[in-house]
Formats: sequence, C-alpha cells, structure tokens
Amino acid sequence: MSNMNDQPNKDRRLFIGATLAATGAMTVAPGVFLHAANAAGESQGASSKNRWGMLIDTNKCAEGCSACVDACNTENGLHSMGRPETDAVWIRKVKLRDMQTQRENNLVMMCQHCEFPPCVDVCPTTASFKREDGIVMVDRHRCIGCRYCMMACPYKARSFVHEVLTDQSVNQPRGKGCVESCTLCAHRIDEGVMQTACQEACEKEGHAAILFGDLKDPDSEISKTLKTTNSVQIRADLELNTGVRYLNL
Amino acid sequence: MSKMYYRELYCGTPGRFWSGLALLGVFIAIGLGAAFYMEHNGHWVTGMTNQVVWGLPHVFAIFLIVAASGALNVASIGSVFGGPMYKPLGRYSGLLAIGLLAGGLMVLVLDLGRPDRLIVAMTQYNFKSIFAWNVILYSGFFAIVGVYLWTMMDRSVNKYNRTVGFAAFFWRIALTTGTGSIFGFLVAREAYDAAIMAPMFVIMSFSFGLAFFIITLIAAYIWGDREIGDLRLTRLKNLLGVFVGAVLYFALVFNLTNLYITQHHGIERFILLDGGIYTSMFWIGQVFIGGILPLFLIYSPAFDKSRWAIAFASIAVLIGGFFQIYVIVIGGQAFPMSLFPGKEVVESGFFDGQVASYVPTFPEAALGVAGIAVALTMVAVGARVFKVFPETLED
Repeated sequence: MSNMNDQPNKDRRLFIGATLAATGAMTVAPGVFLHAANAAGESQGASSKNRWGMLIDTNKCAEGCSACVDACNTENGLHSMGRPETDAVWIRKVKLRDMQTQRENNLVMMCQHCEFPPCVDVCPTTASFKREDGIVMVDRHRCIGCRYCMMACPYKARSFVHEVLTDQSVNQPRGKGCVESCTLCAHRIDEGVMQTACQEACEKEGHAAILFGDLKDPDSEISKTLKTTNSVQIRADLELNTGVRYLNL
Repeated sequence: MSKMYYRELYCGTPGRFWSGLALLGVFIAIGLGAAFYMEHNGHWVTGMTNQVVWGLPHVFAIFLIVAASGALNVASIGSVFGGPMYKPLGRYSGLLAIGLLAGGLMVLVLDLGRPDRLIVAMTQYNFKSIFAWNVILYSGFFAIVGVYLWTMMDRSVNKYNRTVGFAAFFWRIALTTGTGSIFGFLVAREAYDAAIMAPMFVIMSFSFGLAFFIITLIAAYIWGDREIGDLRLTRLKNLLGVFVGAVLYFALVFNLTNLYITQHHGIERFILLDGGIYTSMFWIGQVFIGGILPLFLIYSPAFDKSRWAIAFASIAVLIGGFFQIYVIVIGGQAFPMSLFPGKEVVESGFFDGQVASYVPTFPEAALGVAGIAVALTMVAVGARVFKVFPETLED
C-alpha cells in the first residue's frame, strides 16, 4: 500500500458509506415513487356516497340464454373442471314455476350484496367484508376456508375453490381453499367502468334484463326504475336490504 | 372414608402400553396423511361440494368438541356440586376433556381450506362471529381445565379448586352454547336457525361426554387391573340415563316446534319421513341406538349391575350421538334452501331446489378417526405420566 501513514483509510469508509446510502435509497425509493405514481393514477377508492346494485327483469331474462353466465366466467377466469358440484358458480340461471298459477320465470341469482350480509356477520376473521359502496366480497388473504359464510348465505351465492387453479384472470385473485362470490365486477367499477360483465353480455344479446347502477344516485336509471316499478327482494323476510332486486317475479 | 391414593396407570406388561400407543399412532399417521392429501389436492377429492360444504370431518369435530365439554361433568359434580362419589374421578374427567377437545380441534383445523392460515384466525377477530368466539372459548377451555387439573393435583393450590371448578363449569356451558349457536344463528337454513340448538348442544354434551367418560374409565380399569365399585358405576349409569332422556326430550321439542310451523314442514318431512339415509339415521341411529336402547340397558332390572350393559349403553349413546350430529350437520345442508317460497325450481345452474348428495370419502373418515386417536393418545399418555386415576375405586 502506498499510504503508509497512521491515518485510517478514509476512502474505504466513504465507499462503505456511499454503498449503504445507495442501497438504502434503492430499497426505499421504489416504495416512495411507486406510491406517489400510484396515488396519482388510482381511483379514490370505494365511497359510501355510492351503493352499487342491480335490477333484474325476469320478463326479459330469456329462457335458454346463458350469455351473462358465460361472460362472468370469462371475466373472472372461472373454468369448469367438469365437476358441477364443486365448480365455482358466481352467477346462475334459475327457471321457476309458480306452484299455484303455473306461471314461469327465468332469472339470474348471484350474491345479492346485502346491506346486512349474514356472510360478513359469521366470518371469524373479517375476510368477508362489505365495501363502503355496498359491494360484499372476500379478502383472499384473510379467508381461512372455514365455509361458515357458505352455511350462512341465504342465496347460495358463494363457492369454495375445491382445486388448484392455474390460469386465473388478472381481474380476480383466486386460489384453492378460499371462498369467493360475485364482486359486482368491482375491478371494473374501480377503473371507472360502470358496467358489469353480465350486464354487458345481456345487452349484447339484446335482452337488457340486467340493469346495474348506483342506488344512492336518484338520477341513475336503476334508481328511477326502482322508484316507479314494483320490485322485490329475494327472501325479503330476512330484511337484509339486498342490493340486487327483481322485477316481475 | 379412607384416604384416596392416585397412581400412574400401568397396564400389565410395558409391551401392552407401547403397542397400544403404536396402534393409535398408526391411526393418527393415516389421518394426517389423509389431511395432507385433501389439502394438497383441494376439497374436490372429498365428498364435500358447494352444496354440502361441511362434511364428515365436521361431524367428527363437533362430536368430539361437544363430548369434551361434557367429559368435564364428573369433575364439576365432584368439586362444584360436592358429590363425594364423583370427586376421585375429577382428575380423569379433566384429562379426558382436554384430550377430546384437542382431537376435535385438530380435525376442524385440518379440514379448513387454508389450515396454514390458522394464525389469521388467532389474530383477526370478528366479534359478531360465533366462530371467532369459539376460537377464544376453545383456547380458554384448555387453559382453565389445565389450571383446574393443577388445583386438583397439587395440594398447595388445592384451596382454589372450588373457585376454578366454578369457572370451568361456566366456561364449558359457554363453550357448548357457542358450539350449538354455530347452527342456532344460521338464519338462512330451515334446519337450523333455532335458539333451542344451544341448550340442546349443552345437554348433548352432558350425555356424550359422560358416555365417553364411562366407557374409557371401565377400559382403563380393566387395563390397569384396578377395581371400580358397583355403587360408583351405578351412579354414573343413572346419571347417563337422565342425560339420554333429556337429549330425547330436546329432540322432541325441537321437531315438534318445527312441525307446527308450516314453513318448516319440508325439512321435517325430509328428516322424519322421506329423507332416505337421513331419515334412517334419525330413527334408527339417533332415536333407537342413541336413545331407546341405552335407556333400556340402563333402566331394565335385568341388567341391574351388569358392566356389559353399562358399557354397551355408553357405546350406544356415542353411536347415536354421532348419528344425531350427522343428521344435524349433513342432513340440514342436504335439504335445499327455500329461496323462492311458493315456486318450484324447474331448472337451475347450481342445484337449487334439489336434495344435495353427499357421500363421505375415506380421507375424511380417516381424518375424523385420527381425531379420536389423538384424544385417546393424550389420555393414555396423561394417565401414564400423571397421577390421574385412583388406585382403587372400590365403594
């Protein structure tokens, strides 16, 4: 070494100091910058000023049509495993016949996004939750797969993921061992797209049986229709104040 | 009364003990293997579906958990209600309670979709959920019964025995109330949603727990070549008779109430008349094997002091109790939910309006049996290591 005096080698200290500072900056910076970038681009989050809901006109829901179900499956990456009893079903077609009058109805059933959801009440870990805007969903990081919510849901709206999943959709985080259900296409709402996949498909088919919108906005089409028509809730006796309503049932 | 001596339970040759443990170990290993298989593949390899979401493992788990709280009865009678005939049995009562609860909880946890997230269940509580309360009630039960056992076994803290005994008694009532309320609070399904579920589970726990207690006590004393007096066994037997009768009474009230309510006629018809396997399980399993047969064995003068009759009655109570929980858990889910009153479902993409089928698979049964094996292992090891059993239970 050329430096023969008794002073410590400051270059080395500087080097170590600079390396540590750079490493620290590299660790923290992405968080800071990405957070800032994210804050600029992301929506404001769910707000209690909205309550998203649906109105389903059973007179318009066509027999034999499954466009909404197919669209939901595609949108959320739900695939049949060829085992109907364990396949995930977020929306389903149901055909009913009145036992007295013999009148027949077709309708779709899915999570009714209750104001007082029994699934949220019974969930031990708060994985089942209701967003500020009324959408009921499952936090897949907290769900322990106990299925108590499935026991509690009066609408049979929830499915348990019975197998390893491989080709999920980017729209929905899904995984084996957790419970899931219709999210009212929350990923679309959060991106500002005010139309669910099922509604879009139903309109494309020319039926327009599904009307999606903000129940708290008096000027929304759904609010206006609800105000002037006689809609019903399924299992209204439970007084859950569902976000999904039905016409002509 | 002469002084009571407790001694570790030795059974004949050491080989008998170790081979017994090894056998239990085999059952546990098979059960754990089954749990791994189900967890690894997902629940589609079981009989459970999106219609019947709780299957055979839940029947085993609830059965063991309910029996656990009931097994503590004998200790409670001894130290809380001052029954001298029961007091020497208190230690074993506590040990059995802890063992049964551990077995039941193991089954419950290993059937979760994400058993790896148990820590979430331990740290994130929704206090409106009876499940969350049960997590606390079950963990607390271990702690309280542990302390209870300590006050029974250590003379220096024996003065707290009665106080802790009271605490344990109330805790176990709360625990079974919580377990029954899992079903009592379910508004969605017609088979549940009844406040009577909670007291019915409490009385079921008295009955199943005592049956477990009697049968394992007799087995332990045969194993250890020790004596039990007829008087003591007769006391236990008569108590079991009262509990069995009470369980039948609660089942009667529960079903009569439902029969009165038009809305519940469907589920009642399903369970009592045309539910196939569930109807058979109710009448043959729950009512005959679990009720009438043990009552006959217990109260018939022909079997006055017959140990076999007492043992058979206890086993019948356990088999009947298992069927009772099966009918409640699985039968209640198999019956379709009434979403559209006054309408029949012509077609459905999700089995609406149809009776759901459920066929239990081997892995589910293996996991459940492993729960029983865990309970018995803890009891066997506990009785061998600690001074649990009195040297003699002669009258």
